[in-house]
Amino acid sequence: MRSCAESFEAYILRALGRDYGANLLPRGLDITICDQLFLIASGLIWNIYFAGLAIVIGFGLAVGVAVARFSENRVLSPLAGGFIFLFRGSPLFIQFFFFYSAFVLLPRSGIDIPLGFVTLTVNTSALTTAQVGGLVVLVLNTTAYSAELFVGALRSIPKGDLEAADAYGMSGFTKFRRVVFPSMLRLAWPSYTNEAIFLTHSTTLVFLSAFPARQQSGEAFYYARYFVDQTFNPFFAYPLVAAYFIALTLAIIGAFGLMNRHLNRHLPQERRARYRFRPQYLR
Amino acid sequence: MFSFCTDPSILPDWQWFACYLTNATHLQFYRAFGVVLVLLAITAPVALGMGMLGALALRSRFVPLAWFGKGYVNIVRGVPDIVFFLFVPIALGQGIEWVMHHINCPDWDQPIRQGNDFIVCREAKVPPLNSARWVYELYAFLMAVVAFALVFGAFAANTLHGAMQAVPRAQIETAEAYGMTRAQAFRRIVLPQMWVYALPGLSNIWQILIKATPLLFLLGIQDIVYWARELGGQKTSLFAYPHPDWRMWYFLGLLCFYLFLTWASERAFARLNARLSRGQATAAGERMRKAAA
Repeated sequence: MRSCAESFEAYILRALGRDYGANLLPRGLDITICDQLFLIASGLIWNIYFAGLAIVIGFGLAVGVAVARFSENRVLSPLAGGFIFLFRGSPLFIQFFFFYSAFVLLPRSGIDIPLGFVTLTVNTSALTTAQVGGLVVLVLNTTAYSAELFVGALRSIPKGDLEAADAYGMSGFTKFRRVVFPSMLRLAWPSYTNEAIFLTHSTTLVFLSAFPARQQSGEAFYYARYFVDQTFNPFFAYPLVAAYFIALTLAIIGAFGLMNRHLNRHLPQERRARYRFRPQYLR
Repeated sequence: MFSFCTDPSILPDWQWFACYLTNATHLQFYRAFGVVLVLLAITAPVALGMGMLGALALRSRFVPLAWFGKGYVNIVRGVPDIVFFLFVPIALGQGIEWVMHHINCPDWDQPIRQGNDFIVCREAKVPPLNSARWVYELYAFLMAVVAFALVFGAFAANTLHGAMQAVPRAQIETAEAYGMTRAQAFRRIVLPQMWVYALPGLSNIWQILIKATPLLFLLGIQDIVYWARELGGQKTSLFAYPHPDWRMWYFLGLLCFYLFLTWASERAFARLNARLSRGQATAAGERMRKAAA
């Protein structure tokens, strides 16, 4: 039997790959409680990686898509609407399958995209890994969901704010940067917090049967399923991974709550938008 | 299916596809779409019923029952639901066998959990040993229904509870002034009017339920995801219909199926909402009243 310190050393970074811990995962009767605690915790590295990067990249894209959707442009607005419908109307689980099987069909050697002055080579074999391909799917998905929230916020920006901006002679990008964007963000923030939470929860879908977990390095729920398969006892690993996710959720609520206070700092106290836990659940 | 399908290798393209898309495995694939729809048709009312019970528990003036309702709703909502979908069927299966074991084999002296094995006596197996294959499949399907109903019941309980609170308080007070009991006021005033408030939330839950159905695959049921993977995978010339890796196209088909389902239900809910708003004391109801006058 391993001691707790030994399993900490062997498994706390195991999710990064074989070089960062024990070669093999614990098996059968050899599994201790500490193994489950630390291996599932190490899987959280990937949950945080997927959620963090997808939120950061998706945020920027979502602002662009939302502005395109809200504009009166005859081409861009329906295009953005179609994109939002496509990713919000279908299950993320199927999206993972579809994109994985599409990425597998791309030529292994990479695709050259000539940009005139420089040729960009897209590394297509990276797209078949969860760390890149799965991230791409998550980014597209969260972009669609967040863009929908931002469009709703753009629609409800107080008319007076826009008129005041006009009265100051602002227009174009200045008006967007100084009036529209901050108001949009402030209005959308409580629901955007929920989006961030559920994006984090849906990172558990990455390694479910579409994208492979190379060297058995997966996220927390992948290891929880591994332990349940090994021990045939669902009453420890699943509640444990649930507890980890509740901790992660509370951390997100805390961080986004700080940002919410920052966004609302100019308003009188009672008008501040309150955060309400009203999630979108599965997608 | 067709008379010309005896030797597919010599057929021209359109006939080859006609035969390919109607062979025995594809017919099972199409039946799997039916399984998804059946799951939706069974789960939705069961979850709504669970939600109603949960909402009544939340409203209850009997404190332990209200606590129970709160615990149920918050635990399910706070945990990623995929954990529940995998946890409930296996935990429930073991729970049922554990109970059956204690009823049927009281003389059994060995522990049930030996190391990593879960051992119960022969009579306690559910479904019974050597059952037909369809019995196992039905059992797995029912487990999935229970898991879905538990999770979506908690979501629905929350929505329905909110809708009950949204019925104007003055109307309930009026009912009480007329001498109705709490139960009568609930049945005659709250229950008929709450649906217009509940509908946006319920429509949202329905959309989520639709998008959760591919997770059936994880519970070992031969659903559309299973068949899409089976049929789309590369087939060598050993098979009657050899083809390269077509999984992408199969999953594209599933994507379109789900897009159609969500689009159609969005429209259906919009119509239902208009129907329910008639004569209600809400802005939409007021607008309809004015348009008619």
